[in-house]
Amino acid sequence: MVRVGLAIVLAAFIAAVLGPVISPYDSSAQELSRRLEAPTLAHPFGLDELGRDILARILDGARISLMVGVAVVSVSSTLGMFFGAVAGYFGGRVDDVISRVIDVLMPFPGILLAIALVAVLGPGLTNVVLALSVIGWVGYARLVRGQALRAREFEFVQAARALGASSARIVVRHVLPTALPSVVVQATLGMAGAIIAEAALSFLGLGVQPPTPSWGSMLDAGRSHLFDAPHLTVIPGIAIALLVLGFNFLGDGLRDRIDPKTVR
Amino acid sequence: MARYLLRRLLLTVPVLLGVATLVFALIHLVPGDPAQAMLGDGASQEEIIKLRQSLGLDRPLLSQYKSFLSGVARGDLGRSFRNNAPVTAQIRERFPNTAMLALAAMLFAMLFAIPLGIVAAVYKGRVVDHAAMTLALVGISMPNFWLGPLLAILFSVQLGWLPVSGTGSLAHLVLPAVTLGAALSAILARMTRASVLEELRELYVLAARARGLSGSRAVLRHAFRNSLIPIVTIIGLQFGAVLTGTIITETIFAWPGVGRLLIQAINFRDYPLIQGCILFISVTYVAMNLLTDLTYGYLDPRIRFE
Repeated sequence: MVRVGLAIVLAAFIAAVLGPVISPYDSSAQELSRRLEAPTLAHPFGLDELGRDILARILDGARISLMVGVAVVSVSSTLGMFFGAVAGYFGGRVDDVISRVIDVLMPFPGILLAIALVAVLGPGLTNVVLALSVIGWVGYARLVRGQALRAREFEFVQAARALGASSARIVVRHVLPTALPSVVVQATLGMAGAIIAEAALSFLGLGVQPPTPSWGSMLDAGRSHLFDAPHLTVIPGIAIALLVLGFNFLGDGLRDRIDPKTVR
Repeated sequence: MARYLLRRLLLTVPVLLGVATLVFALIHLVPGDPAQAMLGDGASQEEIIKLRQSLGLDRPLLSQYKSFLSGVARGDLGRSFRNNAPVTAQIRERFPNTAMLALAAMLFAMLFAIPLGIVAAVYKGRVVDHAAMTLALVGISMPNFWLGPLLAILFSVQLGWLPVSGTGSLAHLVLPAVTLGAALSAILARMTRASVLEELRELYVLAARARGLSGSRAVLRHAFRNSLIPIVTIIGLQFGAVLTGTIITETIFAWPGVGRLLIQAINFRDYPLIQGCILFISVTYVAMNLLTDLTYGYLDPRIRFE
């Protein structure tokens, strides 16, 4: 499973980077006379409602999806590790405050909060990343807090404290590394979540704005052409589902390897 | 049970207060002046000042917060900026549609996924099992904003069996309900399979078989009944996902519910209506979680004493 996932994810990264090499067309070049043309040899994925090459747009869209995924996962995992480690390691009042915030945000439907934030902040790539990170950190924080609570009692942590290491050093050098494997798994699955959420927001018109291609907004455009050009709907959807499946396979596989207890 | 009920209800208060505060804060997160943003660039200074006054934005923050909370407590969420209708009335008008859609989706998921999960468990490792679990994996990986249009292409455009969008008949409900319920079905089928498999290993099932009960009777009367608690929990916990899923599903199928109202409000920058919809969906969500917890506590007495 890990291999299949890894293969899909690697292929997506390569496609995103080598996009211009793979497709000779510019993703924003329009050929209005050939709009909605079905797939042909010259345009294997066909043309969209403005006569743009869908393959080129899928490749550019992959870059957007992966960029959003990497940005959201980086920001939210960093914030989550910080707050989680601080709460778990120091405990007491700090832990109370952070834990209450986690308690309120954790059960809250993430996509609703993201829609609310983007609705007021305005659409666009940066605001999408911001909105998804604001909700994303909570999962990491809860995970790391639990690990930090346990790590605090480990002998090597107590030894470090006895040797006079500062709290910051203990957290960074000793506590966080024990949580890292779980964070990596969470981050891999988080990539899938962020990619779906970005596509959903763009589908609703709240994400990446035209003419920048996003798989979600491509699907939205396809909605008006269900009758005359179904390839506008089919192709971006396959791209999203495949990439999400890839990250899910990779995440699940990594988790099974790191923690054999969860193997079903 | 009474103590558990009271404690659980009290725990909900800070969550509700947090949600209300968050929703209140939304309008203050608008970059620049919300009144200016709502009216657009062509608005005169006078119009902007008037809107600021009617939204209460000219008053101190604390006083705004107090009147917002007291309004929420009275069920007064202000008036829509676009048509001046009370926000509560608009939500009340749309909510039955959303509720119908969500319930239909959950019903579809249960009727489809639970039998599928049971069959997969009974025929573990056989073709049926693999087919069912592959279907479930596909269901989980397919975002509803793709599944919806795909179903519309197949059943409306190609086969002409069902209407593409709108309301009016039971046929209109089918595609939105299946789209919304697909992810839940996938999760539920996997959960049912795992849960029934676990029970099938128990000795009481073997005993039932030894007493001469037929295979299907042993499964349905004994194993399945005992595996119901985790299944009920999953259904309750997944309600939130179904509820937020209505936002996208209603947009795809032009279904006149609260989710579509929210997206329309966003497009018009109708901030009071946006706040109202978000608050309403969140509170419904919290209430459903509470209900799930209480049901769970009722079904499994151990929970109450934790």
